[in-house]
Amino acid sequence: MKLDARIPAGPIEDAWDNAKFEMKLVNPANKRRHNLIVVGSGLAGASAAATLGELGYNVKCFCFQDSPRRAHSIAAQGGINAAKNYQNDGDSIYRLFYDTVKGGDFRAREGNVYRLAQNSVHIIDQCVAQGVPFAREYGGSLENRSFGGAQVSRTFYARGQTGQQLLLGAYQALERQVDAGQVKMLPRTEMLDLIVIDGQARGIVARNLITGKLSVHLADAVILATGGYGNVYYLSTNAKGSNATAIWRAHKRGALFANPCFTQIHPTCIPVSGDYQSKLTLMSESLRNDGRIWVPKQKGDKRRPDQIPEVERDYYLERKYPAFGNLVPRDVASRNAKAVCDEGRGVGETGLGVYLDFAEAIQRLGVETIRERYGNLFDMYQRITDEDPYKVPMRIYPAIHYTMGGLWVDYQLQSTIPGLFVLGEANFSDHGANRLGASALMQGLSDGYFIIPYTVGNYLASNKLKDVKASDPAVQEALASTQQGVARLLSIRGKRTVDSFHRELGKIMWDDCGMSRTFTGLKEAIGKIRALREEFWQNVTVPGSGDDLNQSLEKAGRVADFLELGELLCIDALERNESCGGHFREEYQTPEGEAQRDDEHFSYVAAWGYTGAGNKPELTKEPLEFVYVHPSQRSYK
Amino acid sequence: MMKVTLTIWRQKNPGDKGRFVSYPVEVVNGEMSVLECLDVLNEQLIEKGEEPVAFEHDCREGICGTCGFMINGVAHGPMPATTICQLTMRHFKDGEELVLEPWRSRAFPFVKDLVVDRRSFDRIIQAGGYVSVSTGNAPDGNAIPIGKEDADRAMDAAACIGCGACVAACPNGSAALFTGAKIAHLGILPQGRPEQDRRAVRMVAQMNVEGFGSCTNIGECTGVCPKEIPLEAIAKMNHDYLLGAWKERRQVVTAITPVTGWTFGEK
Repeated sequence: MKLDARIPAGPIEDAWDNAKFEMKLVNPANKRRHNLIVVGSGLAGASAAATLGELGYNVKCFCFQDSPRRAHSIAAQGGINAAKNYQNDGDSIYRLFYDTVKGGDFRAREGNVYRLAQNSVHIIDQCVAQGVPFAREYGGSLENRSFGGAQVSRTFYARGQTGQQLLLGAYQALERQVDAGQVKMLPRTEMLDLIVIDGQARGIVARNLITGKLSVHLADAVILATGGYGNVYYLSTNAKGSNATAIWRAHKRGALFANPCFTQIHPTCIPVSGDYQSKLTLMSESLRNDGRIWVPKQKGDKRRPDQIPEVERDYYLERKYPAFGNLVPRDVASRNAKAVCDEGRGVGETGLGVYLDFAEAIQRLGVETIRERYGNLFDMYQRITDEDPYKVPMRIYPAIHYTMGGLWVDYQLQSTIPGLFVLGEANFSDHGANRLGASALMQGLSDGYFIIPYTVGNYLASNKLKDVKASDPAVQEALASTQQGVARLLSIRGKRTVDSFHRELGKIMWDDCGMSRTFTGLKEAIGKIRALREEFWQNVTVPGSGDDLNQSLEKAGRVADFLELGELLCIDALERNESCGGHFREEYQTPEGEAQRDDEHFSYVAAWGYTGAGNKPELTKEPLEFVYVHPSQRSYK
Repeated sequence: MMKVTLTIWRQKNPGDKGRFVSYPVEVVNGEMSVLECLDVLNEQLIEKGEEPVAFEHDCREGICGTCGFMINGVAHGPMPATTICQLTMRHFKDGEELVLEPWRSRAFPFVKDLVVDRRSFDRIIQAGGYVSVSTGNAPDGNAIPIGKEDADRAMDAAACIGCGACVAACPNGSAALFTGAKIAHLGILPQGRPEQDRRAVRMVAQMNVEGFGSCTNIGECTGVCPKEIPLEAIAKMNHDYLLGAWKERRQVVTAITPVTGWTFGEK
């Protein structure tokens, strides 16, 4: 297979404008004749469904939660980047583009990233117009902060709840279209298969989570905006319901899966406290603007932090990276935390933690300023740990947070199945091997508000789509195989719970394919995952029936998919014999222990094709070209 | 290590006659949340071949609004400004009994065990909880200055997570705090003012059609609200409603027909 990314020719500054002009348009009167499916109602899905409804398309939007407002975009804390340069500190579209390509460790497409930076400024305008209550200066203008390794202040925020406010903006726009009759919302309905007819995506099979009924929904195009696959690690900062089922089943129907091994570990989460733990709680990395990270210089130092004198503390990020200090990108901060803990200098009961200390900032700025900036985060930390971060340094440790990989899409956000579009975290497109802070919200909304409305129209206007009926053999096959899949899970009646399999998979993934990876570890992990998958299909137990609300059954289907995706993730990590961004192979590092890329051999997107159960997936490479930002060793020293 | 008893409302579906069932649970660490306690119990039930307790949850960090039930008669349990997913077991005593019940309200039809249907909230938003600005219509973000005080007050109201605790706690089953929060958030900001009258009139009408009760200023709602939405949101709603009803009195107000049941006309 040859992959055509359809990047427009010509200067990068004009590429998106030219592409928009080249795209075919659907006549306003014809838009209402087109049915579109949007799966997922987070920032990307809700913004896409709302905007397509505004344009006059008939849209059906699906989410598995009880309301579209629950989608996990809601939990993003820190902010959203935009190249507004309101602060007059030297920001520009080009600089945001440059930072994102470099931050992604030169594994993203320049064309896509440039467009993202261009759209960033429109996103802020749109959200303000919707009534998103961004932080303001006393004079009434929008406030910005520096965030996650950026040297300019380009991050817009709404307290520590930026994702919530942006999602509510998109949700409200979506509900406005529901009221207008343009969007039909189907909550508590989970996509379980993609319907492909004559090579084109023409619908989905979905399960009503209350009645258990399977149903077929046909359309002229299908848009997946179902988020990332971080829960393959079991413990992550994702919501408990976040899953990869929609994208994985589309993958099994022919959509290539790109760069699955590019996963992001967030450096500032509350450390694990026990086996019962169900998820990890993120502490926004905006905390690193004022908090100083340290561990004791001495191994196994069990003294309380206030008893460790200044000279016996190692502010290791400030020491190793004087230019960026505590604000180094996420991958660098996470690896260094792991390194000091591996040396035996970690803190807390488990030894898997480092201090994030605000004492100096409180002294410099006063408690009130710190409370104003981070009050809700400090409260959340105290609720969970019962420690007061105004007095005692926080303990933090890295956790799986975001997945840069996802379904392969071209510049038009179309997957390798014509008519199947993928938006937001579910696609692989813009962040390369590492995502910069405050960029996920930007990408979700750029895809949904400003890209898909053009590209889906172009697809509909350039393709003659025949009428399809529910009686089509492809529809019946998809429905029957989904039915069998559900019945099979219920019929095993083994001895182990779904969660116990999920936990075991997560441990394998975290140990062997987490913050650092090795050839031997990955080989072993693949074997262990295969064995675990086999056991799952022999010995899982799913109580209850398939015709009412059955949360174990929902989980079982998702974990079955994670058991396949986890293997592909390890295969991809094994194949990529280099370190870049979030993918750190111990064999490939600089003498200082930094990630060592191999541009000569690995400057490509690895897109994997499904070749049947148990078969080796097929790799297709999309070479990456860098015309504007020249690959260099990332240095934050 | 301590032991607690979870006494949980079990009801298979709206047609089933519900009952309380008591389960002993061991708490290994005070940092465990109430939901993690339920996870542990459910694992044990599944291993015994019984059906686990159905409860709703998603982000488990207090922001998605999915979780929520009554603990000993208090919505989201005893800690102020805390959702159930962030309520840790250290706040309970060894040997304590926790009685868990679903939100009970006419406008939240029952689904299963601790799960109810809160789509009435979505319909209240559909009735006007937005600014009618389509994508592409926006002026520059700094074109209209908004003073910090106004932005902060709007944010206070916008922090609502739509969990439904306010309704469950209210003796009248009123949704005034939820509705008022959205009316206040948008009504304070210049972007929301053009639709202020219409929004208040339609959202209040929808609230009534859904079967929520009237507000009599008791204040239980704000007491249990995990985001501490202030009671002044209701005052703002009443203010906007009165003005709007007077200004728009000749207009016919159409409400959205509430949907119950879970079929979406699937084929």
